[in-house]
Amino acid sequence: MKHTLAVLVENRPGVLARIAGLFSRRGYNIESLAVGQTENPDIARMTIVVDGDDRVIEQVSKQLHKLIDVIKLSDITEEEYVDRELLLVKVNADPSVRGEIMQIVDIFRARIVDIGRNTLIIEATGDEGKINAIEASLRPFGIKELVRTGKIAMVRGPKQ
Amino acid sequence: MAVRQVTEAIELSEVKDLGNLSKPEVLTGAQILIKALEAEGVDTVFGYPGGAVLAIYDCLYESNIRHILTRHEQGAVHAADGYARATGKPGVCIATSGPGATNLVTGIANAYMDSVPLIAITGQVSLDMVGKDSFQEADITGITLPITKYGYLVKDVKDLARIVREAFYIATTGRPGPVIIDIPKDICTQKAEFMYPPEIDLPGYQLKPYRNGKQINRAAQAIMRAKKPVIYAGGGVIASGAHRELLELAEKLNIPVTITLMGKGSIPEDHPLCLGMLGMHGTCYANYAVSECDLLLAVGVRFDDRVTGRVDTFAPNATIIHIDIDPAEIGKNVPVDIPIVGDVKLALRDLLKLVEPRERRDWLDTIEEWRRRYPLHYEDDNNGRLKPQYVIEQIYEITRGDAYITTEVGQHQMWAAQYYRCRKPRSFISSGGLGTMGFGLPAAIGVQIAHPEATVFDIAGDGSVQMTSQELATIAQYNLPIKVAILNNQYLGMVRQWQELFFNKRYSQSEVLGPDFVKLAEAYGIEAVRVTKREEVRPALERALATKKPFLLDFWVEREENVFPMVPPGGSLNKMLGR
Repeated sequence: MKHTLAVLVENRPGVLARIAGLFSRRGYNIESLAVGQTENPDIARMTIVVDGDDRVIEQVSKQLHKLIDVIKLSDITEEEYVDRELLLVKVNADPSVRGEIMQIVDIFRARIVDIGRNTLIIEATGDEGKINAIEASLRPFGIKELVRTGKIAMVRGPKQ
Repeated sequence: MAVRQVTEAIELSEVKDLGNLSKPEVLTGAQILIKALEAEGVDTVFGYPGGAVLAIYDCLYESNIRHILTRHEQGAVHAADGYARATGKPGVCIATSGPGATNLVTGIANAYMDSVPLIAITGQVSLDMVGKDSFQEADITGITLPITKYGYLVKDVKDLARIVREAFYIATTGRPGPVIIDIPKDICTQKAEFMYPPEIDLPGYQLKPYRNGKQINRAAQAIMRAKKPVIYAGGGVIASGAHRELLELAEKLNIPVTITLMGKGSIPEDHPLCLGMLGMHGTCYANYAVSECDLLLAVGVRFDDRVTGRVDTFAPNATIIHIDIDPAEIGKNVPVDIPIVGDVKLALRDLLKLVEPRERRDWLDTIEEWRRRYPLHYEDDNNGRLKPQYVIEQIYEITRGDAYITTEVGQHQMWAAQYYRCRKPRSFISSGGLGTMGFGLPAAIGVQIAHPEATVFDIAGDGSVQMTSQELATIAQYNLPIKVAILNNQYLGMVRQWQELFFNKRYSQSEVLGPDFVKLAEAYGIEAVRVTKREEVRPALERALATKKPFLLDFWVEREENVFPMVPPGGSLNKMLGR
């Protein structure tokens, strides 16, 4: 089962290497890892999606928690949370199919952020399902380039 | 932020002799480093100079800190490790950048696996040269990332004092481990005001006050209900200084105690409740007891595969209680019924308050019967051929178990673990987790430096000792009265044993002819003797112990002797070869 971990870490060089290294050397698989600074510039937050059974997740959490740079770790899988991923996709778009693509973009409330002679770059945000759906819808036109950020997540309500 | 409250068993590194803090002195980075080491109470460092650490060495020259010059950086880090294991204080070593630093890697990994508090100080090329593949540059903090508790690359001389303070704190508290401080050359000569921080601010490293009421109660109840309990004690008992509590608990409840290699010294091995070591080369009676027990109280251990064998048949009928300071150890290898996270000493003290004395005649009788039927034994036909086990027994008898023993890794190590019955904590110093050949000789240096008056034996194999034999020069230079006892079978003995048992006696590359060790020792100015016969063992040992100088004993032992009993790798503890 996929688990979503919210990890607050010291915002210092080398921290990402420590976290990623822990996963690789202990044989855990990272599905995605998104990292950025928080409201406190000394602290970064990582959203890590990791696949495994309860024992694996327990070990991942404990081992992560052992790292000196990890300040707080929560498994928010069972919580009510909002999650988003950002997608940028460059899709083949001859003038003949542009209208159709623009309709798809509308349906997904995505945006066109660049127009080339025969291509469009589309930006979309949403949960994993939506991002997968728009990707699938655009695939028939021919995707030239695609990049996804991986999931970021935040628990709903006042709870931190 | 204030220093966090820590459990009473954890000693905070003391800050003293800091002078007048209201008027900070302006010092160079190298001076700051030395001053900080002094503030941490460091009296000895082990190391090897080189270009990037010259400024540090220059300052060291004027310090009261004693520097032991080894012949290889690996020797320095193992010596620091041995010093730490023998004293409980952090060991400190210094190496230069690049190859100096990478030569520490084995020793750092060794300390990490056995949870030894160690500070490795490495030189680095100047900051403006970092990342350019400069001469003698290696990304040592990167290289050691998976084998250190933490690592620092000092980028500003103003951070240096704080970093040293944090490094010692991290290395020595919680589950101890090695910390590396990588100091660029230019940082050593830049100046800053010296202010040793009295407080530590590490938001991600919080030692929680020990609180375990509920689990301790559950554990106490389970122990009181158990009919056939066993205590399985490891290095954590020694690290937390809990040997008295362990003995008291065992005696109060009449629970037999089996120990790991790292747990040797956690209970006197001549005690009737001690079953000796368990696991791959453990005693039959220890392994049978663990296989049969209905409760296993695992104390400061990590369920290593050399202990458990096949995990699903390990203590199959037992309720398992696991006390460990590292929460990540709970349930890592073996599911645990009652986890107790915290310092072993405090947990055992709490447990002692909750349990009532118990007699366990039946269970102890059963174990005594196993002990009688399947004792540790070896064939000794007394025809003059020398058995390695006999040599260890004689070392045990002549020292009455009061010596400090270091070992290398292999057959001799297991024989030492089996036949040298250790009586006090911190006196059996061996590479457990990493299994580092070449550990024992330099570790003995650290032990002898820490305990100048003690008898220190390095029990070695001829294969292992050749990995760091250059340290004989260090021993000679400082006239350390270490006794090096080589069990010489001209094989990589354990490799040969496995080849005999599992590879149809195809001894591929395991016959390792050594030098004439007596001549080698003499080349270093060390007295030495070769022993080939049983009756020569005792006089040779007596001669070695009579001198206050280093002494090497080259015991030519039976070449194809095996370590038994043995649980084949991945096998179950109740099925042992050669019982």
